[in-house]
Amino acid sequence: MRKQHTLLAAALLTSSLAAPLSNAAQDNVYPAKPYAGILQIRNATIHVGNGEVIENGTIEVNNGKIIRVGKDLPTPASGVMLVDAAGRHAYPGLILSISNLGLVEIPTVRATSDVQEIGELNPSIRSIVAYNTDSKITNTVRSNGILLANIVPDGGTLSGSSSVVQLDAWNWEDAAYRMDGGLHFRMPSLFARPSRFGGFGGMRGGAPDGDPVKKALEEIEAFKAFLREARAYAAQPSVKEPNLKMEAVRGLFDRKQKFYIHCDVVKEILVALDLVKEFGLDAVIVGGSECWRVAGLLKQHNVPVILNQMHEMPTLSDDDIDQPYKTPYLLQQAGVLFAINDADGQHRGKNLPFNAGTAAAYGLAREQALSAITLNAAKILGIADRTGSLEVGKDANIVLSKGDILDMRSSVVTHAFIQGRQLDLNDKHKQLNERYRQKYGLQ
Amino acid sequence: MKKILPLLWGLSLAIPSMAQSTFSVNGVADHRSGVYAFLHATIHRDAKTVLNDATLLIRDGKVESVGNSLAIPSDAVVVDCAGKHLYPSFIDVFADYGMPPQAQRSFAGGFDFRNIQLNSSQKGAYGWNQSIRPEVEASKLFAADEAKAKGLRDIGFGTVLTHLKDGIARGTGAVVTLGSRKENLEMLKPRASAHYSFNKGSSMQSYPSSMMGSISLLRQSYLDAGWYRNNNKGEGINLTLQAWNAIQDLPQVFDAGEKWNVLRADRIGDEFGVQYIIKGGGNEYQRIAAIAATKASFILPLNFPATMDVEDPNDARFVSLADMKHWELAPTNPAAFERAGIPFALTTAELRDVKGFAAAIRKAIEYGLSETAALDALTLAPARMLGLQEMVGSLEPGKLANLIVTSGPVFSEQTQILQNWVQGVKYGVKEDAWKEIKGTYALTLTTDKGQTVYVLDVKGSAAASILGKDTLMAKFSHDGKLVRISFSPEKRARGQYRLSGVSQGAEWYGYGEDSSGLALTWSAALQSTATPKADSARRRPSPRMGAITYPFLPFGWTQQPAAQDLLIRNATVWTSESQGRLEQTDILVKRGKIVQIGKGLADPTARVIDATGKHVTAGLIDEHSHIAASSINEGGQSVTSEVRIADNLNPDDINIYRQLSGGVTTSHILHGSANTIGGQTQLIKLRWGADDEGLKFKGAPGFIKFALGENVKRSSLSQGNTRFPDTRMGVEQVLTDAFHRAKAYEQELRRVAAEQKSRKAAVVDPYREVRRDLELEALVEILNRQRFITCHSYVQSEINAAMKVGERLGFTFNTFTHILEGYKVADKMKAHGANASTFSDWWAYKNEVEHAIPQNPTIMHKVGLNVAINSDDAEMARRLNQEAAKSVKYGGMSETDALNMVTINPARMLHVEDKVGSIRVGKDADLVIWSDHPLSIYARAEKTLVDGVVYFDREQDAAMRRQVAAERNRLMGRMGAEKRGGGPVVPAMPSYQYLYHCSDHLHSHGLLTIDID
Repeated sequence: MRKQHTLLAAALLTSSLAAPLSNAAQDNVYPAKPYAGILQIRNATIHVGNGEVIENGTIEVNNGKIIRVGKDLPTPASGVMLVDAAGRHAYPGLILSISNLGLVEIPTVRATSDVQEIGELNPSIRSIVAYNTDSKITNTVRSNGILLANIVPDGGTLSGSSSVVQLDAWNWEDAAYRMDGGLHFRMPSLFARPSRFGGFGGMRGGAPDGDPVKKALEEIEAFKAFLREARAYAAQPSVKEPNLKMEAVRGLFDRKQKFYIHCDVVKEILVALDLVKEFGLDAVIVGGSECWRVAGLLKQHNVPVILNQMHEMPTLSDDDIDQPYKTPYLLQQAGVLFAINDADGQHRGKNLPFNAGTAAAYGLAREQALSAITLNAAKILGIADRTGSLEVGKDANIVLSKGDILDMRSSVVTHAFIQGRQLDLNDKHKQLNERYRQKYGLQ
Repeated sequence: MKKILPLLWGLSLAIPSMAQSTFSVNGVADHRSGVYAFLHATIHRDAKTVLNDATLLIRDGKVESVGNSLAIPSDAVVVDCAGKHLYPSFIDVFADYGMPPQAQRSFAGGFDFRNIQLNSSQKGAYGWNQSIRPEVEASKLFAADEAKAKGLRDIGFGTVLTHLKDGIARGTGAVVTLGSRKENLEMLKPRASAHYSFNKGSSMQSYPSSMMGSISLLRQSYLDAGWYRNNNKGEGINLTLQAWNAIQDLPQVFDAGEKWNVLRADRIGDEFGVQYIIKGGGNEYQRIAAIAATKASFILPLNFPATMDVEDPNDARFVSLADMKHWELAPTNPAAFERAGIPFALTTAELRDVKGFAAAIRKAIEYGLSETAALDALTLAPARMLGLQEMVGSLEPGKLANLIVTSGPVFSEQTQILQNWVQGVKYGVKEDAWKEIKGTYALTLTTDKGQTVYVLDVKGSAAASILGKDTLMAKFSHDGKLVRISFSPEKRARGQYRLSGVSQGAEWYGYGEDSSGLALTWSAALQSTATPKADSARRRPSPRMGAITYPFLPFGWTQQPAAQDLLIRNATVWTSESQGRLEQTDILVKRGKIVQIGKGLADPTARVIDATGKHVTAGLIDEHSHIAASSINEGGQSVTSEVRIADNLNPDDINIYRQLSGGVTTSHILHGSANTIGGQTQLIKLRWGADDEGLKFKGAPGFIKFALGENVKRSSLSQGNTRFPDTRMGVEQVLTDAFHRAKAYEQELRRVAAEQKSRKAAVVDPYREVRRDLELEALVEILNRQRFITCHSYVQSEINAAMKVGERLGFTFNTFTHILEGYKVADKMKAHGANASTFSDWWAYKNEVEHAIPQNPTIMHKVGLNVAINSDDAEMARRLNQEAAKSVKYGGMSETDALNMVTINPARMLHVEDKVGSIRVGKDADLVIWSDHPLSIYARAEKTLVDGVVYFDREQDAAMRRQVAAERNRLMGRMGAEKRGGGPVVPAMPSYQYLYHCSDHLHSHGLLTIDID
């Protein structure tokens, strides 16, 4: 991992990597200092993120932005930091489209969880203000190439607004990449569930009380009524007495804010499309386990999808055993814009590239799978003008890996840059690893 | 001898027969002998014997004689039964008629740790567990309930065995008849049966909280009762065990309620020398051969699933093929028993409404049950099961006069039950139908002015019209005794006749008025009877039905696959042996074993599989899995070493198939982690389609699950806890105490055995004196290295502490599972002799895993531990190879070492490395053919073999997908047709799956999955 050589300014950029890991604690993994000069990553297999691959190419960065990408770019005689990426792959920084990073440290310890506010209708709740840049989880996620995340509040029907953050910051203001980019609507479930405990011995759970679907539809109607009032509120030339909730949803009606609809089954998706149509929303379906059944409809309405978790069981015992794995392929075939996410709470999002890899194993082309965690995600989150691909004019959010980043067999991330700043890829795992290797005298 | 018409008689519940001698009479004595002669009847003496134009004579509530040319005694009341059928009335041996209502618990498993009830709340000198209630006597609780009795009489029942359906041991049942006299006279046998189930019912005691806990409790109760009978030192008086022993000679009835439970119940019976009469649940047809092998008699419900409304495709989407197939095939269940020659009775239990009984029986007949078998299953078969055949079940001299009179063959749709006689007492059911009233009548109205005759066309007891130029609807009612008619003589005429009178069969007469109030008399005489409609219940051709598959799930087999001789050619073979990876190598498989490995192998008979460009590994072994079981956690106590996963394996789990598709061939099914000393585990092979016994890995040593830390002390977010332990300090004490007790137990057994030997006892059997304790027995096995521990564990302090307890008390922790801080104490684990089975990269999902690192497997491996990667997760188990690969990524482990973590290493820690886990001559042919490098995310298992049988084949899977789609389509078509045909439907209910795990999971397993810890 130290193949990189520098002609100039070497000390500045490699200091943290060169420092013995054993001396570092998590708290000593510092956010990188800004780097204003020219950076060239040379000899890489460049996966642009839009499907294009450039063999043996160079990425040139100036002042945090990509200024050139291509083969045979000349090396300036001086004033450049060079990273030799021979044998490595360069990728756009990966993006977690839906995440509770920095809001939840340990899910089962209530005091460490700031993700779910009380109440049903909380549009004015903003995840960004609780985002903890010092979470111990963050660095482990970066180590797998994830450089951006959309931090999403949970709970209620309207949970609040999410913000996209970059994962190398001193505080949440530094971290903010797109502030309050969208509101999150949790569709009440439109299918019946039995009581929680089914009992044992082949005894099934009891029938649900009342008609949960009817109740859910009523809740949705009530929510629509709120949106209608909020739209009227927003249309006033001036507001006498501000209403925080209505103020918070203004951005929906002029499409400055995204409207994320968390739902899974076809009925819910149909209701979602109806909602989108009535209010002219810039909407995204999140979850979407069953969206492959109505891919054509989603394409027709131009509604993109964030597939929340690839590593999931098929819905029904009758389903194809690889159903969730091949869902991205089906969406791709239908022309639906989609991103792949990793909402798995067991490893806290760091398997995002392997979620995409699974899609590639089941029908999707590898570069398409990569797009699903880079450019597509950026488009859906409304940040594609700045990131998501290794194209000129975008932020230099770049990951280098020794092998295919989608395949755990070969993915070893060696470098990461956010806006041209080279990150210290140390993390709590590596530190503990080092600590106990010391104990046993292991290499 | 007065000949009376039954229509006119029977209004009252004239209670003849003797008054009870001990009860005083408020009035004068009214003794009657109740002698009746039923003449000209078609008498069904029993299911097999029919007498035409025969006579039945009853006296004093019993059958006196039955035959063709009987002399009619002079004191007999004669009932002309020409055209009528007489049957013995039905018997239901699974009733709760007359039992007090019970508070139903909202769910059958689980409990609240915040307010745990660890001991029985029953007051008195009873046993320790509230769900063991052999002392309950239905006879003492019984109170006749006329409304319920009438409901049952109306569908043909005369006798029931009733018991209180509450608890695991439910006490005795009583046989009662369904008359309305004093209970003393209706009760035939106060102690007729003993009852059991797996469901603890109203008990709020924490134990048992699982299927395997119920099984263990039953087993221990048998042992305790035996011990109590012989030598109950220290127990004092235990009324529960006393009652248990007292009812063992009765017929033993087990409410199993489901096919696998049937087998589970039967195994308990086999162990303790009891042949249960087993109540099924209606899905036994799915494994009828195994059901027959129990040699039990059965009680079968008729609660066939209702047709679901699948018109809305979005609702239909979530109804599984298995549920639809069961809907289609459930009515064949009784027929399957008949075909298999298994004795069975039918019950009304579990019918949503007993009024649906006749329709359900007809459905069973339509689906192949013979009418003879149906009648037998309602009469003599249940009587024989309970030893009541001398009393009820057929119309033979000396038996009770329990009979029904019907208008035709009892199972025909048009047939009505007219009367139900219980112990010689007549109860009317549908007496107005005794006489067919349909037909045309001459209706004569007589006034001062003369007579007018109309033609009245009677279509039923509430429908008639006046025939003339026009057909005029009349308002009409005929209840068998009273007749009302009102009609207008002409169309649009104002005039209206209102008539009221009595019916005497073919002749009716009475009084009436016209619209002017003029009085008249009237009479009606039958002119011609209507020709009865053809009976629609004649045998319809059985509908075309889907095949039974093994298991009863999509992708199941219609025929179990067999082992083939296979030659796998030209593969990259990952041996998981010292020779590592072999290029372009062949493997020859014969009779389920690997017989040859090498280049250029040939065999004339073996099927050749070309694996050029493909990789072959040993079948993957998952050291920590919770699939294929009906319950996983018995958390009711902190020590439950007596419970056994093996007791409740569930082969009907789609995850077996799904995991085969990920290359898994062997899974270690563990108890959960709700308590310090959990239950005994079961190693299985993923033999898709096998039954529970067939899943077991034969010859594997026994294991047991232990657990430490947060789950044991119930400390996650939503839980409070009042069960000891609540800290890791307490966990250490639970372990220490349990093994101290185990040692003392073993010493006592040895001491007693030695003492028996020294006094030259005839039989040396310490259990004659010492209570056999299943909990401690399992711990003694651990001490004697006959059983091995796999211990759920996370942080170094608890791992260290557990090992110290083991070292102090003389046992080893064979395996630490999860072991996410194993890297901190790997040296100590090595010294202790432990193996490690861990996750690749899980962390930070709860507090005790905040130091989990993905380099953990590598460090432990480098320190010299035998390390495995496990799943604990039905989803992730499909990607175990990829999980192993992560150690290459994070720890720099070699690829062969990484693969070994899911092949030979787990085989070693499970002590089955001589059979599985590597590709070596002589081992089981558990093999996976991969499309790509087996550690790559792009690799897919193309074929998975267990014992040389190809249980998963991607090509075959593609074909089965099409079959599943076609079969779903066919069944939805059938359901839709039922609905369009006007049949009743219920809303479509999503087919949920219950998924078990270690209660740590923070990810979705799919929309229809309900996670249970």
